[in-house]
Amino acid sequence: MAQQQRQRGRIQLAPENHISAEQYAAARSARRGFIRAALGGAAAAGGALLGGAAAAQPAVEIRPGASNGLGAPVVANGYGMPSKFEASVIRRVSPGLTRTDQSSVSFTPLQSLFGIITPSGVHFERHHSGAPEIDPEQHRLMIHGLVRRPLILTMNDLMRYPSVSRIHFIECGANSGMEWGNVATPSVQYTHGMLACSEFTGVPLSTVLDEAGIDRAKAKYILAEGACGSHLTRTVPIAMALDDVLLVYGQNGEMLRPENGYPLRLLVPGVQGVSSVKWLRRIEVGDAPWNTREESLHYIDLMPDGTHRQYTWVQEVKSVITSPSGGQKLLDKGYYEVTGVAWSGRGRIRRVDVSADGGRNWRTARLQQPVLPKALTRFRIDWNWDGSPALLQSRAVDETGHVQPTINQLRAVRGSRSIYHNNKIHTWRLAANGEVSNVQLG
Amino acid sequence: MSSWVSAVWAAAALVAAAAPVLAQTGAGSAAASATPNAQAQARAEVVAQQRFGFGRPARPEEIAAWDVDVRPDGHGLKPGRGSVAQGQDIYDAQCASCHGTFGESNSYMAIAGGVEKEDLKTGRASRLRDPEVQRTLGMKLNHATTLFDYIYRAMPWPAPMSLTVDQTYAVTAYVLHLNDIVPADFELTDKNIRAVQMPNRNGFTRSHGMGSVKGRPDVQGTLCMIDCVASTKVASELPEYARNAHGVLSEQFRRIGPKAAIDTSRYDRARGVTVAAAAPAAAVAAASAPAGAAGGPNPRDLANRNACLACHGVEQRLVGPSLREIGAKYAGRPDGEAYVTGKIKAGGVGVWGQVPMPAQPALKDEDARVMARWIVAGAR
Repeated sequence: MAQQQRQRGRIQLAPENHISAEQYAAARSARRGFIRAALGGAAAAGGALLGGAAAAQPAVEIRPGASNGLGAPVVANGYGMPSKFEASVIRRVSPGLTRTDQSSVSFTPLQSLFGIITPSGVHFERHHSGAPEIDPEQHRLMIHGLVRRPLILTMNDLMRYPSVSRIHFIECGANSGMEWGNVATPSVQYTHGMLACSEFTGVPLSTVLDEAGIDRAKAKYILAEGACGSHLTRTVPIAMALDDVLLVYGQNGEMLRPENGYPLRLLVPGVQGVSSVKWLRRIEVGDAPWNTREESLHYIDLMPDGTHRQYTWVQEVKSVITSPSGGQKLLDKGYYEVTGVAWSGRGRIRRVDVSADGGRNWRTARLQQPVLPKALTRFRIDWNWDGSPALLQSRAVDETGHVQPTINQLRAVRGSRSIYHNNKIHTWRLAANGEVSNVQLG
Repeated sequence: MSSWVSAVWAAAALVAAAAPVLAQTGAGSAAASATPNAQAQARAEVVAQQRFGFGRPARPEEIAAWDVDVRPDGHGLKPGRGSVAQGQDIYDAQCASCHGTFGESNSYMAIAGGVEKEDLKTGRASRLRDPEVQRTLGMKLNHATTLFDYIYRAMPWPAPMSLTVDQTYAVTAYVLHLNDIVPADFELTDKNIRAVQMPNRNGFTRSHGMGSVKGRPDVQGTLCMIDCVASTKVASELPEYARNAHGVLSEQFRRIGPKAAIDTSRYDRARGVTVAAAAPAAAVAAASAPAGAAGGPNPRDLANRNACLACHGVEQRLVGPSLREIGAKYAGRPDGEAYVTGKIKAGGVGVWGQVPMPAQPALKDEDARVMARWIVAGAR
């Protein structure tokens, strides 16, 4: 009982979703009998956490059903899946965004993820003509162009090279693109969900280019091509290609998932995701950029004077609060951890500040280690909500000193039609009733 | 005898300077001592100073088969030719269903329109400055070679690389003609494609900070901590009617944790609150799976996987008639299922309108039949 008394206090656990806000409010103020009637026996454990009179109830079910017998045997699933109670944590599409499901995008459920690693099964998807099914024994990578020894490599060959593992984010260049003009989507899954971070394993591209005898005097760019129906092609400058670009086959300890490039993809760390070509089958070394469709019709940034910026590769410093975030509801005043992720294509995150009053005043958040270059960094800050409306923002600074701008600072230079590279400070409005929604400040 | 490979924990520059093949011992020591240990540790990759000898040489005919890319400078151009008139025939049969008879495209990338006569001289698509104008391929693209490259590698969308080189020149010529860039009697070839003057050829810039990690950002935020802004007025928020446009949010969040989620399906607009007495959460229509044949493929999945739904909504007309309309029309016919199966496979034009449906030769007969049965039964 003494233990139970200590557990109460200012930290009030919210009940689960099946208890409505009204039931919760009633439970807080009403008599014990009412609680029993309102919540029923199954919710007794929840009722016990509501404090006040309810605390006198047993805190736990005396003989919980799950421990009265045998559970599932081993290998009930040869490849384990999340608990069925986690079925809401999945990739989702933004209705009406694309006309087909083969050239489309699904969004990572950032609101429900912890730490910095994105589970492979909810890593966002962007396909240009659907995800092909590729037999890894049949797959080949061709290296040609300005090399002395054009090569054909099997997966067996590629997996024999000395390998490295590195943690990097992949962010689509159009992530937050729907936010350029105004608020268009309700939750962080849709505002920032073309973002993921994984531990990738593969071979440095430089190793294989050296193996092929790259002509370092003449080589200025490479072209990477995928084995999907669109034969997606992207140009990568040679400085990046020889720096930290990887030929990736592993992701988060297993092989790549089919929708993320199985069995082989390029990874261009810090650069917009389309450059990390999936289902990679060909690399050509050349002396000029290719001006491919994905570099001249799309993935170009329209400026107010009608010019398009081309080859806008780097994803600049950015952050977002993932909790509390749009669509969530705080059921009580008191302590909350405000947390989110920050990242920069130029290197490490140096600092993240958080504001609860729309950017008027800021406090510096804690950064969770490890803080890695071109990777997500988790930040956290402690906050006591007094029940009044709030405007929550985060602002990241990277190791080059680049400070995440406001949407209006961005619009002053780039207008509001450039689609790509929107790294604005994001604002969540917390209303007095606890509901969190997406807003932009004037 | 086996031995440990001597590795250089070195930057790429050192690798570049090294000869392709070094002896297995001795080569690493100098470079290793020149590199701080910490850096060496951070670079967890070992770059061995030797050739591994993995893989095999790519044969010229293999490279020729895969190396289809064409660059603006003419690199990769394939000999061939095609006229506007030839292109029109191919376009009407294989492209118009998605991109529109005149390239106006009511649903997919608009490929024509918005180009002013003056633009051809200046090389700047003037209407790109107008926020109200739909941006088309003709207004954006800078090089005709890219149009060829993309059509050849990726179009028609459901059947990429099915056009010959000459057919690709022809379709490219026709698309250029739809934008008034080349005349009706034009023939496009590998010799003249680089001379085509695109309306937006001068509309691109590479002077920005996102071309390299060391680039200078064009927009810098403000690093202020106290009393930073005067106004925090909300300028944009989701309108009430859009509150549930992305589905019921409470079904998209974890059920446990310190925060609940808003049940957007139970929103009382008049009172501005979430109500307790609830209609069951409306399931997104697309999520309700129709029953397939027992153990057989799900027809709706088939329709989606084969991109049928790109042109035919289940309930709504898109490019072609809705599946329910088709079902209603043929439900009473004894040969309805067989007829629709045939139409799915062979395509057609004239029954529902003048936009042709292309044939689907890659589709399995059995899959076509499963979908046809479902469609004739009402696509439910």
